[in-house]
Amino acid sequence: MWDYSEKVKEHFFQPRNAGVLEDANGVGDVGSISCGDALRLMLKVEPETDIILDAHFQTFGCGSAIASSSALTEMVKGKTLDEALKVSNQDIADYLDGLPPEKMHCSVMGREALQAAVANYRGEVWSDDHEEGALICKCFAIDAVMIEDTIRANDLVSVEDVTNYTKAGGGCSSCHEGIEEILVKVMAERGESFKPGTPSKEEAKPAGMTNLQRIKKIEAVLESVRPQLKRDGGDIELLDVDGKTIYVSMTGACAGCQMEALTLQGIQQKLMEELKEFIKIVPTKAGALSRASCNP
Amino acid sequence: MEGIYFDNNATTRVDEAVVEAMLPYFTEQFGNPSSMHSFGNKVGLAIKKARMQVQELLGAEHDSEIIFTSCGTESDSTAILSALKAQPDRKEIITTTVEHPAVLTLCTWLEKDGYKVHYMPVDEKGRLNLDEYKKLLSDQTAVVSVMWANNETGTFFPVVEMAEMAHAAGAMFHTDAVQAVGKVPLNLKETKIDMLSVSGHKLHAPKGIGVLYLKRGVRFRPMLRGGHQERGRRAGTENTTSIVGLGKAAEMAMEAMAYENTEVARLRDKLEAGILAKVPRSFVTGNPADRLPNTSNIAFEFIEGEAILLLLNKFGIAASSGSACTSGSLEPSHVMRAMGIPYTAAHGTVRFSLSRYSNEAEVDRVIAVVPEIIAQLRKLSPYWEGDGPAAEPDKAFAPTYA
Repeated sequence: MWDYSEKVKEHFFQPRNAGVLEDANGVGDVGSISCGDALRLMLKVEPETDIILDAHFQTFGCGSAIASSSALTEMVKGKTLDEALKVSNQDIADYLDGLPPEKMHCSVMGREALQAAVANYRGEVWSDDHEEGALICKCFAIDAVMIEDTIRANDLVSVEDVTNYTKAGGGCSSCHEGIEEILVKVMAERGESFKPGTPSKEEAKPAGMTNLQRIKKIEAVLESVRPQLKRDGGDIELLDVDGKTIYVSMTGACAGCQMEALTLQGIQQKLMEELKEFIKIVPTKAGALSRASCNP
Repeated sequence: MEGIYFDNNATTRVDEAVVEAMLPYFTEQFGNPSSMHSFGNKVGLAIKKARMQVQELLGAEHDSEIIFTSCGTESDSTAILSALKAQPDRKEIITTTVEHPAVLTLCTWLEKDGYKVHYMPVDEKGRLNLDEYKKLLSDQTAVVSVMWANNETGTFFPVVEMAEMAHAAGAMFHTDAVQAVGKVPLNLKETKIDMLSVSGHKLHAPKGIGVLYLKRGVRFRPMLRGGHQERGRRAGTENTTSIVGLGKAAEMAMEAMAYENTEVARLRDKLEAGILAKVPRSFVTGNPADRLPNTSNIAFEFIEGEAILLLLNKFGIAASSGSACTSGSLEPSHVMRAMGIPYTAAHGTVRFSLSRYSNEAEVDRVIAVVPEIIAQLRKLSPYWEGDGPAAEPDKAFAPTYA
């Protein structure tokens, strides 16, 4: 069973704004039944102000597709078209307190439906530039088409290359066999054969980071989110790094804030992207003391 | 746990009598059956008994034809790899497009090593064409691996006849019978089946125990080599508790065989008829005239299976689906696609699989709940309008890309 957040379940069981919107003046249809996902987004836009007065959806799809559609309609209502277009698929996923990696494409479909509906309202034609393949890397939700295209465009030769360029394979490493298979196929197209152990294309990049480099990088990420936290009257402090676990303390208004979990999730994602590895961020209130109690 | 469990093709509950039979082998009877002392000896005797209980269920001629493994997948891999290793001059495998991944994934992997694999197609009811099969058999065929009953639709393949044909061509015959064992009376000694896979947890024994039936005299090359366990054909210390459990479960399956084929079949038929009568645009997949007594696979058009399962789960009903989303892949079930079920229906297939623990009240409850769920989801579907599919579903919904 998927690990859906409560928010996803809630939007699936009680979808908002489901059904036909009779006086819609912007309609976006995306997806296809062969993929098992299809979404129609209907917008009622006030012509003078470009404000979205109402939004409805119809979706053929799984629980998270329906929840993403429902979330999207809630998110865009009351926004102007330009504001609405700023909603990214990550925003949709965040609104739902996250989606499993296999399901991120549901939020992508929501974002595309929005673009298609706005284009339809403006009398433009929206064309999709995104093709989707089988999911290879579950840690970073990277599919086969993305990996193939990247290998082709950059003449990549090793799994490390693929990780450097796409992040795929940078987490648990279970998908390395799958990545090698794609390398074999694409390299054969250009008349080369894949050899394991070939040095990565980007030799300038060190294979691994020293502890110091790693901690500096973590500090830099925390530094980059600090202004945002301070704006909300809080702060974050790095306490310790123990392998894949990063201990932090949330202070000020952030400590115990209802949004704490969400904020930390965002920071964790950012850290994983920067470090290109799978890590876990653990908030502790009293530093080492509570940390000890976390470690049975 | 309260709830209605109609997902017995996925796994079954371990019978309490099975648990009871197993318990002493965790504590008092903890010995290693290979040991000389009495701690080991008693366990050895218990395994011998279990082997005979499984022999009885399979209708095998000798108890030494029963090899205990860790699961159905291990049995499948052992059988196919052994057949290839034992006949190095034969480089072809014949199987079907609708096999379980335990066989299919291994076969596609073997293709990389230069083996030629023939995947036989099925018709709209999931049946094979035996004339085509005959044409594929040759002196190059090392092994034929064809499932006894399909896990998604329950549809049977004529494995007894196919084994005869394989033998006529000098090829070995293996069948993945994990769904059939315990539900279909077997008499392997009267067949030409060389190897057969069993999975304990499909017949009320625990997970983590399987059997490979290996007919006496069939050339065999073990996959796991090491100690002399299972007469050197499957090294590794025996999973004694689970072997004892599987023996008990086999004995109970023998006793329940008639019940499975009458009462369970009746409940299944009632469930199926009840749902089809109330839900428009739904149909049974596979071959209803020739299938497992406990399985019903129903396609609900224009909606998606995972959404159906989530809503069923909300009502405490457990089933499974062939939709792409339940597996995290983009394609719906390979079995549904092989039968040519259109995408509009393949994504909305739901498998209900009963057991001898299912009862009438549960069936009535599911018949009452399913139509509401289907209607609720169709209301959300862009392919559905009012009481039926949108006039022309393809045109009603014309996505920017497809």
